[in-house]
Formats: sequence, C-alpha cells, structure tokens
Amino acid sequence: MENLVYIALFAPFVSSLFAALFGMTERKVWIGIVASILLGISWISSVTLAYHIYITGEPIHVTMMDWINAGDIHIPFGFVVDQVSVTMMSVVTTVSTVVHIYAIGYMDHDKSFNRFFSYLSAFVFSMMILVMSDNFAGLFIGWEGVGVCSWLLIGFWYHKEDLPREQNPSISPSWAANEAFIVNRIADLGMLVGIFVIYWNTGTLQYDEVFAQLPNLSPHILTIAAIALFIGAMGKSAQFPLHTWLTDAMEGPTPVSALIHAATMVTAGVFLVIRANPLFAMTPDVSFFIASLGTFVAFYAASMALVERDLKRIIAYSTLSQLGYMFAAAGLGAYWIALFHLAAHAFFKALLFLGAGNVMHAMHDELDVFKMGELRKKMKGTWIYMTLASLALGGLPPLAGYWSKDAIIETAFNEHTYFLWFILVVTAGMTAFYSFRQIFLTFHGEDRHTALGFHPHEMYKFVLVAMSPLAVLAVITGWFMKDYEEFITELLPAYEMSEHTHHLTAYLGLIVLAFAISGIVLAYFKYARTGKNAFKQDANVEQGFIFKLLKNQYYVPAIYERFITEPYKVISGILWTSVDVKIVDATVDGIAKFLYTSGDKTRSMQTGNLSNYLNWMAVGGVILLVVAVISAMIA
Amino acid sequence: MIGLSHYLIVSAIIFSIGLVGVLRRRNLLMLFFATEVMLNAVNIAFAAISHYYNDLTGQMFAFFIIAIAASEVAVGLGILIVLFKRYGSLDLDELSSMRG
Amino acid sequence: MYEIIAFYLFSALTIGLFLVTVMSKNVLYAMTSLAAGMVLISGFFFVLGADFLGVVQLIVYVGAVMALYSFAMMFFDATRDIKEKNTNSALVFLLGGLSALVLVLMFAAPIHSDAIHALYPMHVGVGNAQDVGIVLFTKYLVPFEVAAVMLLVAMIAGIILAGKKMDKSLTKDTSIDDEILVLKDEK
Repeated sequence: MENLVYIALFAPFVSSLFAALFGMTERKVWIGIVASILLGISWISSVTLAYHIYITGEPIHVTMMDWINAGDIHIPFGFVVDQVSVTMMSVVTTVSTVVHIYAIGYMDHDKSFNRFFSYLSAFVFSMMILVMSDNFAGLFIGWEGVGVCSWLLIGFWYHKEDLPREQNPSISPSWAANEAFIVNRIADLGMLVGIFVIYWNTGTLQYDEVFAQLPNLSPHILTIAAIALFIGAMGKSAQFPLHTWLTDAMEGPTPVSALIHAATMVTAGVFLVIRANPLFAMTPDVSFFIASLGTFVAFYAASMALVERDLKRIIAYSTLSQLGYMFAAAGLGAYWIALFHLAAHAFFKALLFLGAGNVMHAMHDELDVFKMGELRKKMKGTWIYMTLASLALGGLPPLAGYWSKDAIIETAFNEHTYFLWFILVVTAGMTAFYSFRQIFLTFHGEDRHTALGFHPHEMYKFVLVAMSPLAVLAVITGWFMKDYEEFITELLPAYEMSEHTHHLTAYLGLIVLAFAISGIVLAYFKYARTGKNAFKQDANVEQGFIFKLLKNQYYVPAIYERFITEPYKVISGILWTSVDVKIVDATVDGIAKFLYTSGDKTRSMQTGNLSNYLNWMAVGGVILLVVAVISAMIA
Repeated sequence: MIGLSHYLIVSAIIFSIGLVGVLRRRNLLMLFFATEVMLNAVNIAFAAISHYYNDLTGQMFAFFIIAIAASEVAVGLGILIVLFKRYGSLDLDELSSMRG
Repeated sequence: MYEIIAFYLFSALTIGLFLVTVMSKNVLYAMTSLAAGMVLISGFFFVLGADFLGVVQLIVYVGAVMALYSFAMMFFDATRDIKEKNTNSALVFLLGGLSALVLVLMFAAPIHSDAIHALYPMHVGVGNAQDVGIVLFTKYLVPFEVAAVMLLVAMIAGIILAGKKMDKSLTKDTSIDDEILVLKDEK
C-alpha cells in the first residue's frame, strides 16, 4: 500500500518532468497521451487506496525522509492517506485525468502543447502534496506549488496584449496571472503567520500532534491561529474580499479553468478548514464568521452571475458561489458535508467547464452567450453534458448537487441561523436561474451565431467520451451520500440533524426545490423561447443602477484600482524618486564615487619606481609595528 | 651574562640596517644584498630563541629561511640578468615602465 | 665570559660590516663585507649551540649564495662605482631608525609569559646535528621535501632565465668585438 501512495504522488511529477523535456519543441500528441496515462496510473492508485481505506478504515502514514532538522524543528516529508485526503486524492486525480485527456483535443492547435502538459501535471503533483502532507509545512509547499502552477497556467497565453477594462474585464492573461499570484501572496502571508503561531505554541507542525495539543492553548491563541489560517484559505478559495482574481483567472485555457479554478485548487481553502477542523471547532466565533462570509459570497457571486455575458465568467461566479456554500457548511461545523459538496461540485463543475470549453472551441474563442443560441443541434453531446451539469449545479434531484447542497441548506436551518438559511435558499434559486440562463442562451432560443459568421462544430469524439466519467459522477455521486457519511465520519466529526429538523426535512427540501425550479422556469421563459417571444437585449434594464452595479462586479475591481493600486503606484513613484534615487542610489553611487576619486587621487603613488613602493611599504610596516606596540602597552 | 634580549636587539638592529639598505639603494643588486641582511637578522633571532627556550623549532625555521633565501637568489639573479640584458641597467629609477 | 666577549665582538663586527654593505658605493666592497658578515653570523650560531645551522649558514650563504652573487656580478660591470640618486635619505633613515627603535623597545621589554613550552625540546647528551636530523625528518618531513622541490624549481628557473643568449656579452659593447675581428682580419 505504501508503494501506491508514492505512485499516486509521483506519477504526475514524472509526467510533468517528461513533458518538460519536450517543452520547447513543437506539438507532439503522444506527450499528451503519456501524461494522461501517468495521470491514469495515479488515479488507479488513489482509487485503490480509497477502497483499501474504505475496507480497513486504517489510515496509511508514510514518512519518505527527513526534510528539515534544525535545532528543535523536525519536519519530515511525511504523507498521510486517511479518509479526508483519500477523498481529495480521488477527486483530484479523477478530474485531472479527464482534463488531461480533454486537453489533448482542446489544445490541438496550440504550439505550446507540450509545455501545457508539463504545467498541468506539475499542478496535479503540487495538489497531491497539498492534500497528502501530514504537516502544515508540507501543506504550505503544496499550497505555494499550486499557486505557481496556477500563475503559469493563467498566463499560459502570455503573449496576448493588454486591453482596457471595458473591452476585457480581466485585461490580459499575464495581468490576470499576476493578479492571482499577488492576491494569493497577501493571503499566504496570513497562512504563514498562522503556521508560525501554531509552531510557536505547540512546537510541532504535524497535524496529529498539533491537534492533540490544542486543548492546552489559550482561546486567544486559538483564535489568532484560526483567523490567520482562514485568511490563507480565503485567498486560495477566492472569498470576499480576495475574490477578484478567480473570475480574471478565466483568461487561462479552459482545461485549466476546469481543473484548477473550479474543481481542485480553489477548494484547497475548504480543504484546509476541514483538515484543521479541531482548531476551528474550538473557535466558534471564527467558525460563525466563516459561515457568514461563505453565505455572503454565495449570494454575492450568484448575483453577479445573473447579468454576466461571458460564458466562462458565469461559471467562475458559480464556482465562487459554490465555494461560499462549502465554507458555510464548514463554518457551521458540518465538515463532512462541506467535503461531500466539494467532491460533488468538482465533478459537475469540471464537466460544465469542459462543456464550455467545447463551445469556446467551436465558436473560435468567442465567449459571449448573446452571440450563440440554438447550438444544441450542432453540439448535441456538449448540450447533454452541460445540461446535466447545470441540473446538478442547480440542485435538482436526483443529481449530485441536490444532495450535497440540500444538506448544507439543511445544516443552516438546523443551526438556527435562519437568516443564513434564507440567503442560501434564495441563492439556490439564483443558481438555478443563471445556470439555465447560460444553457438557454447558448443552446436554445434564436440562432444568433450564424449571422455573425460562426460555423460551430462538435468536439472530437474521444473528448466527449473522456468527459463521460464526469457526467456519470455528476449524476450518481449523491446516491452514495449515506455510505460516504459512514466512511468519512470515522475521521471527521459526525453531524447530526436535530429531531426538529428531521421532521421538517421534506418540507425544507421542497422549498429549495421550488426555488430552483422557479429559477429554471423563469430562465426558460426569458431566454429559451423563439419567434416573437425571443430574448432581446433590453436597454432600459441595462441602464438600470442594479444591472450596472452587478455588471461591474459591485465596482470592487474599480475600488481596488482606485484605492489600492493607484495610491500604491503614487507611493511607489514617490519612494522611487525620493528614497530610491536620492538615498539608496545616492549611497551606492557615493561609495563608488569615493572609491573612484580616492583611486584617482592616489594614482600619483604609482610612480612605477620600485624604490618608492618600498618606501611606502616600509611606512606601512612601521605604522603597523607602532600600532602593535601601543596596543600591547594598552593591553 | 648574555640573555635572549641581547640577541634579539642585535637582530633588530641588523634588520633595521637591512631595511635602510632596501629603502636607500636604487641598484637592484644592492637591494638583494640588503634583503640578505634582513633574512640573516631574522635567522639570528630564531637561533637565539631556539637556544634560550631549548626548542628546535626555531632552528627548523631558520633552515627553511635559508632554503628560501637560496631559491630567491637563484631566481632573482636570473631575473636580474634578463633585466640587464633588456635595459642595460639595474637602476630602479630607470626601470619605471610601470608608471600608472 | 668567552661568550660575552664573542657576542659583543660578533655584534660589533656584523653591524659594522652590514653597514658597509648597505652604504658602500662599490659592489665589490659591499659583497665582500656581506660575505664576511655572513661568516660572523655563523659564529653567532655556533655560540648559540646551533652547530648544524652554523655549518649550513657557512655552506649555503658564504659558499653557494656568495658564489652565485660573484658570478652574477661578472655579468654586470662591478668595477665602476654605483651612481645612485639618494633623494630622500632623511625619510629612509627616519624609517629605519624608527623601526629599529620600536623593535629594540619591543625586544628589550621583559618577556612575561611563562607558558612557553618547548614543542620539540633538545635532548641532553645528543649532538645538535642528530637532534636536528630527527626533528627535520620526522616532524618537518613534508616541508622539507617541499623545500627540496622548491630549490629544484628555483635552480631550473635560474638556469633558464640566465641561460638565454649566453653567447652574447652583456658588459662589452658588441661593436668592439666586431672591431677586434676587423683588426684580426687586417693582420
């Protein structure tokens, strides 16, 4: 079993190095195939490990080698495969294997095909380290690793020009990549502080040892550690106010958006909260804040998705919104439900993104849903997949999203946080509305694309086949919720609904369902009809305050631009002209100038006459002698 | 009675004579002579210390100094000859081609 | 008693002879007095009981080095007085005097440390040459071999540096040789 752990971890690494060898050469299809096979091996290992843990219930703990041994710090390269990490491993490898195969078809026209696979596999490796590490230091390494890979992949088309915000809200891939990286730096500082606080107070970074010592710490310390760690989670999982990078990250290739910015990396923050659940369980105030923030983000992101026209950005907002749901569950103490929603969401969201990638591929990188319409006839497979994924996202039974999301909403009711419950229910309705708005605008309604000169064609067969596992999982995952609860609660705290909630479960489910179905129906009447009822852009609505507010993402990017970026630029300019040039540079120049002048002045000593040199040497020698005598006398 | 200090003082005086020679002379050959004087002054000091502390280390160092002096003379004289062939003079004042 | 007489005699003579070496305008005088000073320094060594060192001093310095100098001198013109510009003699004597003063002061000061222990003490009843040999070939074997190699290198260097174009006279104007040849031809 230990070998399987290493295989699962290092197969993506081998894949990355292998593809990197050919990184600068022209496209070679077999590199994508080899990478996919290696990822498949990793997937098989992960699933075998999952089965093994399901059967035995015994976590596997391996220590590869000592990493840092300095003074009292002992940090091994250790990996733990328990119920939580094996869930993450299975999800990550499943989605990434599909995405690898998908990318062979999607990236077939890209000249940096080999480089892409190298980055993608490197990401999977980092993600595996993140989820498998048995200590916070290893987690941090993986955390930074996925950050770097995310940066590389968002900026994959780095050669694209910067555009003004009105034309492209995310300016350019390299701008978006830098934004993502810098925002994550801010959050990672918080995370580092959290890790330091933990180390300072417990003297170790191993999860089990840290958690064993938590009851001995003062509530004050626990709160600081929890807040600092959650700041890290906020950055990686794009929670308000560090959320702007996620929608801009859609500048990356679509497989990247599916894998990193929907299914796996952005859920790392949720994973961290779940992993550190003993800590968050002891800090109820922080946990309640997490739940409230999660609920707020769920609503906030969903509202922006209502008016967005960019297909990928709509899905990005829905990711943001679903991450909010996960945090709401985790903050309310239902850690296993958060993890379950994480897994279910990974499957249907990756499917949705890959479908969007098909559309994008067919429409020659056009993403405006208003320019599509009636694509279902030309792209039947994609239409089925995306409808399925949207049904799952909208929370309709019996698909995965219904079970997991319903459980979260139920939890909010059970905790007597009725306001959160209400917001989450409304958000569920909005989710159904915007996801079907996009489906109807893309695949139904009037044919708007032919007039614009687009001739869409369906994606390759093998790509559609490769996507089928995700479709199956998006449907069936929810059916195994009871089994999964049994499996996961061996490690995570169980979450029991109260008797009162239990009685109302059916009604609560019906309320959510009613909201979701009304959202879909509303979307159908507004966007899917043809003929004289067909959807038209309404200038009155688009001039309205609320529309503009939502369209401009509540002006948050503009506020950041105005109150952070621009003042920072001004301060940098001042520091450059006054401090850097006048103090730092002047000091360095001064030293150089002093040396130069002194050299120039003492050049006359260099007479070329050995006798003069000897005289100078003797002067120096005598001075040294005198100094020696004087210092000896003083001593 | 003659003590260590006596020898060391003689050695210091001879060393200073050598130093004066090094500083004063402009002829390279005479500079070599002055260097020999300095080396010998040091040898006296080593031998004296060796004697008064009953330790052979001083003598050992004196041996190695003699060896080094011999090599220095061999190589140095070779260079002097080359210089003389080249410039026809050994006067330092005339050999100032390295003026900066 | 003899030691005192010997010490003061040798001191006075060596200082005097070396002063001649340093001050003399004539190369021959300088070299002769240097050689005589070297001999007297070996006298110091004998007085100090360093017999072997004294013998080495005689052989190497007075024998080899002086012979080298005298042969080298034959390349240069030794008969003429050396003309030198001694411009800043005040500085020279100041520096020399100051260093002598400081060194003498340093050495005249009493030595306080008692913690000096002989690293390789001399043995009673064993000759100096034997003692030196034992230490030299045990404790200082590597430096000794290195010194041997260094001497070899110096020898080769000296030969190569001095040996180039040995067929040409350095002191005499070659044109005179040509004149002699011409004269011979005329006879």
